[in-house]
Amino acid sequence: MPLHRNDQHVQALSRRAVLKTIGLAGLALAGSSAWADQSMRLPFASGPQERPITHDFPQKGPMILQRTRPPLLETPMEVFDRGVFTPNDQFYVRWHWAVIPTSVDADAFRLAVRGHVNQVLSLSIGDLLKMPRVELAAVNQCSGNSRGFFSPRVPGAQWAHGAMGNALWAGVRLKDVLDRAGIKSGAIQVRFSGLDEPVVPEAPDFRKSLDIDHARDGEVMIAFAMNGEQMPLLNGFPLRLIVPGWYSTYWVKMLSDIEVLDRADDNYWMATAYTIPDTPHANITPGQTGVKMIPISRMVPRSFFTNVTEGASLPAGASAAIRGIAFGGDTSVAKVELSMDDGQTWQPATLGEDHGKYSFRRWQVTIPQLAKGHHSLMIRCTSLSGDVQPATPNWNNSGFMLNAVETAHVTAA
Amino acid sequence: MRHVIIALGTSFAALLTPASAQVQPAPPITSTSVELPPGDALFPGGSSADAINNNCLACHSADMVLNQPVLSRSAWDSEVHKMIKAYRAPIDEGDVPAIVDYLASIKGTN
Ligand code: HEC
Repeated sequence: MPLHRNDQHVQALSRRAVLKTIGLAGLALAGSSAWADQSMRLPFASGPQERPITHDFPQKGPMILQRTRPPLLETPMEVFDRGVFTPNDQFYVRWHWAVIPTSVDADAFRLAVRGHVNQVLSLSIGDLLKMPRVELAAVNQCSGNSRGFFSPRVPGAQWAHGAMGNALWAGVRLKDVLDRAGIKSGAIQVRFSGLDEPVVPEAPDFRKSLDIDHARDGEVMIAFAMNGEQMPLLNGFPLRLIVPGWYSTYWVKMLSDIEVLDRADDNYWMATAYTIPDTPHANITPGQTGVKMIPISRMVPRSFFTNVTEGASLPAGASAAIRGIAFGGDTSVAKVELSMDDGQTWQPATLGEDHGKYSFRRWQVTIPQLAKGHHSLMIRCTSLSGDVQPATPNWNNSGFMLNAVETAHVTAA
Repeated sequence: MRHVIIALGTSFAALLTPASAQVQPAPPITSTSVELPPGDALFPGGSSADAINNNCLACHSADMVLNQPVLSRSAWDSEVHKMIKAYRAPIDEGDVPAIVDYLASIKGTN
């Protein structure tokens, strides 16, 4: 049963919604939640910085509320300190359109495979469970993760660093499913779509495509499990596309339709939205025009502190174990390094267990006794392909692909 | 480098490594029904918010718009036209100035 489905008149719907708010729901939202007064401050350079902490979403624990409908829920940073895998109930949530089925019948659900294929398929969950199974640890990160730190700031979801997570995904290879349908010669791309729909029928449905060779590389998978359990509905139950090393925009949730195309996909979400300047680090100067734009694709290395927050106090005269997480982007973490002198010298961090090249990797550095006063700690990841986090933040109009070195300013007292 | 993809099933036996012996069996996949919060709170500001409340709540809740940083009036004008052109928001051109005025007054630069 879809939520907020639109009939013919969006305005009528919105006016109905308005009346409902005044009548009942508004009061409920304003007053009844025990956590209504719990909020959190995101360390952006300018406001608004305050966000509610919500417990109101199904199958979800405490999350930073960025948008109620359709949900944008951010993972609080301290969750990443607890382990290398992000728990399902605090894994971030991001939807584009508000018509999201709130009920999915696992027996009736079918995944369609169609288009430029020899045989159209309609696969049940049971059919997929009978196929060879694969498991993969992989980071899922929103293209706009950390957008709130862009300078100058840009419109879009104002995420801090928590629009990312790492999970152990289990499912089947996309390649095996495509082989079962039989791809006809001349196939160019494969397009994916989920059960969610636009609120206005003429608006562009959310669909994403991968080149045929990428789709058949044996790594892209269709997952039915996340960290050993079925996925929370808001993370894409019952099936989600997993595109290791690529931004989450391609990881289509509630995956229900796979269409093999004999042409390049020019739909809005490929050709216009989620495009980046074709420049190093997708970087341009604010106001720069005439730049060639291309679809966003591979992730780049990043590293974060998880047990020190910006502005934290540490005991003076004592050493401290500083730790965090890193990932290489589209390949392994080669090294993580910490600097205490504004990037002049770097010392290597000890890396935690390796869960594969697409996973978070934990890191730790024991820093020597801190003198009283202010210190800045910088953390930097280099990937196996030699890609290193830049010292200067990149910028683009959409707020995509931020991956500069992170700095935590701490005070020893 | 350890194997990150671990295949199960006879046709992939060649890829099995000792580590793969620990792969979990598939969890049960069971039908799921949830309820989502309505997210239908209004933009604040009484009658000055009428135009935005009438036009900007159909597709998404107000909170994300209110979480935006300050933007120039022309940037807000572009946002509103992006909603109309790219996302097919059914908005009267006549309502656009009142919406942009509202956004520029609560979230405008200077
Ligand atoms: C027809 C549906 C629809 C209507 C009506 C609508 N929007 Fe949007 N809006 C969208 C979609 C889709 C997005 C992108 C969603 C996402 O990224 O999650 C969006 C995103 C936004 C954003 C984030 C920045 C961006 O460009 O992505 C702002 C701000 C915004 N809308 C403001 C408004 C305002 C102001 C109005 C009223 C003039 C409005 N919207 C009406 C569909 C709509």
